[in-house]
Amino acid sequence: MAERFRPASRTEADGIGEVLRAIVGPEHVRLATEVDAVAGVVPLVVVEPADERQTASVLRCANQAGLAVIPCGGGTKLDWGNPSRQADVVLSVRRLNQVIEHAWADLTVTVEAGCTVAQLQRTLAQHGQRLAVDPLWPERATIGGILATNDSGTLRLGYGALRDLIIGVTLALADGTIASSGGKVVKNVAGYDLPKLATGSLGTLGVITRAVFRLHPLPRNTRTLTIAVGDADAMQRVILSILGEQLAPAAVQARDGNVDILLEGTLDGIAAQESVIKKFGEVREGSPAVWKAREDLWPSSGAGPIVKFTTLPSRISAAAAPLSRFVIQATGIGYARFDGDVQELRAAMERDGGSLMILGATKLDAWGSPGDSLPLMRAVKEQFDPKGTLNPGRFVGGI
Amino acid sequence: MNPNILEELRGILGPHGLISSSEELRTYECDGLTNFRVIPSAVVLPDSTEQVQAVVRVCHRERIPFVARGSGTGLSGGALPVAGGIVICLARMKRILEVDLANARVVVEPGVINLEVTGRVASANFFYAPDPSSQSVCSIGGNVAENSGGAHCLKYGFTTTHVLGLDVVLPDGSLVHLGSKTLDAPGYDLAGVFVGSEGTLGIATKIILRIVKRPECVRTLLAAFHSTNEAGAAVSGIIATGMLPAAIEMMDNLAIQAAEAAVHANYPNCGGLLLVELDGPVAEVDALMAHVDEICRQNGAWEIRVAQSEAERALVWKGRKAAFAAMGRISPNYIVQDGVIPRTSLPQILNEIKELSAETGLRVANVFHAGDGNLHPLVLYDRRVPGQEKAAERLSERILELCIEKGGSITGEHGVGEEKKHMMSKMFAEPDLDTMQRVRCAFDPLQLSNPTKVFPRTRLCGDKPGEYVPHPLETAGIAERY
Ligand SMILES: Cc1cc2nc3c(=O)[nH]c(=O)nc-3n(C[C@H](O)[C@H](O)[C@H](O)COP(=O)(O)OP(=O)(O)OC[C@H]3O[C@@H](n4cnc5c(N)ncnc54)[C@H](O)[C@@H]3O)c2cc1C
Repeated sequence: MAERFRPASRTEADGIGEVLRAIVGPEHVRLATEVDAVAGVVPLVVVEPADERQTASVLRCANQAGLAVIPCGGGTKLDWGNPSRQADVVLSVRRLNQVIEHAWADLTVTVEAGCTVAQLQRTLAQHGQRLAVDPLWPERATIGGILATNDSGTLRLGYGALRDLIIGVTLALADGTIASSGGKVVKNVAGYDLPKLATGSLGTLGVITRAVFRLHPLPRNTRTLTIAVGDADAMQRVILSILGEQLAPAAVQARDGNVDILLEGTLDGIAAQESVIKKFGEVREGSPAVWKAREDLWPSSGAGPIVKFTTLPSRISAAAAPLSRFVIQATGIGYARFDGDVQELRAAMERDGGSLMILGATKLDAWGSPGDSLPLMRAVKEQFDPKGTLNPGRFVGGI
Repeated sequence: MNPNILEELRGILGPHGLISSSEELRTYECDGLTNFRVIPSAVVLPDSTEQVQAVVRVCHRERIPFVARGSGTGLSGGALPVAGGIVICLARMKRILEVDLANARVVVEPGVINLEVTGRVASANFFYAPDPSSQSVCSIGGNVAENSGGAHCLKYGFTTTHVLGLDVVLPDGSLVHLGSKTLDAPGYDLAGVFVGSEGTLGIATKIILRIVKRPECVRTLLAAFHSTNEAGAAVSGIIATGMLPAAIEMMDNLAIQAAEAAVHANYPNCGGLLLVELDGPVAEVDALMAHVDEICRQNGAWEIRVAQSEAERALVWKGRKAAFAAMGRISPNYIVQDGVIPRTSLPQILNEIKELSAETGLRVANVFHAGDGNLHPLVLYDRRVPGQEKAAERLSERILELCIEKGGSITGEHGVGEEKKHMMSKMFAEPDLDTMQRVRCAFDPLQLSNPTKVFPRTRLCGDKPGEYVPHPLETAGIAERY
């Protein structure tokens, strides 16, 4: 358990609670208990503002009072990153859950951060569209949460990552500033690209209150194909062969001796691609459920932490060699449950130009090294959150 | 400039790497936006990252502002020199450092010309997707700084999607590596922030690009309509069927005439011309092309051609890519704008532009990336007629205001630069701009790297930022915007 800077007392919690109740209304503040612990640290209060402005006010108050704030969405990945150095206020954006504008004819959507991925997708589907991502636990994961943790999913191969799909963001900063950047149009280079800065920043620069995305039409047809592969080398060969053809798969992943391929589009197009893929092995019809294989790593009682690792497509077999339970996407992003020496595994991945992140609290640093850009990252944090109010210590290099 | 400093620079760059005679400096007084001109104090032509670092260290020590320059084709004054400053021209750093086909990565120096990347990997059936019309001359460094786009970005994404990592010389002369060859490097996505920062955060000296496998086939359809409204309705129809073409481009009659005069693309003489390109597996493309054809006919297309050969396809594109330069054939002077609107506002804004044109008596030709709502209105005028230049400037500004009113942007790909910085306060609220400048302060606290661009006012960067004082509008709850 991480050490707290200041001992929390009941009276202190009451005092903060009172101020926050004045902002968001008494029914939306409660004192925290053990179940609210974030990566082992128990906060003082949990507060649920109604909107952007209240979110900013909560932040401004906490910032002035020197309290640490843990932004929170669906809570599915709240234990990613390092334990907080200090945790006083859990700021949940659960009530900011509206799809503000689905401009379907323009293929864009403006959505609040607390909306779940599944809820957003259901709304978009009414007009035959989707946000082309398939993150973990979509029924509970929120838009703010998948952005903060940069969880795009397997469709990244075909449609790009969250960083490529987000076109606008509004942040509430620690000092209470509400700032928007980007916009509502898919093409826009006016000003700095803060939507990208916010994506993957784990709530350390500001609380994401809303985001704007470019959308894609729902595919006319989809088909999942699975090829059994004997060993890691065969797996690598099949993946590179598929990438090397002039095909357009939406997703490709390897797991448990299989390579899965997701094809989307017209029936003719899918059939033509399938006939090419047949060259690389015995193809069988796969179940759409295989695209949730990543989630299967979690509930099992397996020993060791779950890690996310990155490698080059040509090094997939090398990366997989020490792993037993894993899912690797053809983009070179993999997930594994690993009960060996994580430090050693990380060193191997880094030697190969990749990285390794531990998903969930352990005694080890969750991130690994960002290299010589760390001082610059610290400088960015210093500008956005000079007092270290937001998720202190949870990001790379103790940011 | 202080002769000692010039001497020091010469020592760093050698005799051929420094330009300081006023005659030669003139070459660098402007970029593609020629109505802004400033003569720099010196121009340096480094050929290595170390030289860039050494020059920037001198600038940092002496507090001399510097401006990076690639090929100087920018259209917003991004590479316009700063008075008393140095221009760091990257044109000599033009090596392709690494080609990794297995992983679809190419590592280049910033002076490499856009088209050369595709040239290097074409034989292996790869291409570099961002394709600005200027691609045969503009540099990757300039593309990175502007987050340049092109017709095919509708499907493939802009420069930012294709930049995985960067070596950047920061304004204090230190070198940092942002991003990497692998995805999702730990930490903030500073590579993502650097792309599109218009030279204000430092100088990119090495860039890791992603290349894309060539689609199995490419088909280009040309459809002639009586009006841009009809053509616009066809675009909506195409998008509504759920397909994502590689490109959808539109030209109005004036633009068609200019392109015809310049390159004889053999375009039909019509009110609105649509160019739709589909790519992908043959079976997929054939099935979808039939739909496109049908949608165009339903919306009034009176002539439809599908390019039958690579040569025909190239000619179709040549006309489109030459559209800006072609204006010289029909008007002595013109201003290119780059506003963006939500695509569905297209008919409305075209009518408004027509009205403005009638009011001012100035002709406006329209070329656009219709798929993503990026307009390129070309305001035609004659500088020799007193008052016309001012009127043209006012008209193009008015068009950008219309874009903002419709929830769009003042620039889709050309950048803010010097030209549009005063428009930024119309598009963004003060806290928005202030927050962007926090990034600036982290990278460049002394504001030496292309200062005076992009932002209407610069935020002072203390060594340690003090408590932020909210803007009165913000406190009053007014300055929250989208
Ligand atoms: C006829 C014509 C057609 C065009 N068509 C398009 C188009 O279709 N799409 C489009 O997006 N643009 C287009 N442009 C605009 C222009 O070509 C692009 O903005 C291009 O990316 C600029 O590249 P450059 O090398 O000329 O950069 P420059 O003009 O030299 O510089 C542009 C900016 O980049 C900065 N910069 C340059 N190199 C570096 C570096 N290494 N590190 C950091 N900053 C750097 C400069 O400081 C400046 O702010 C067109 C221009 C012309 C003249």
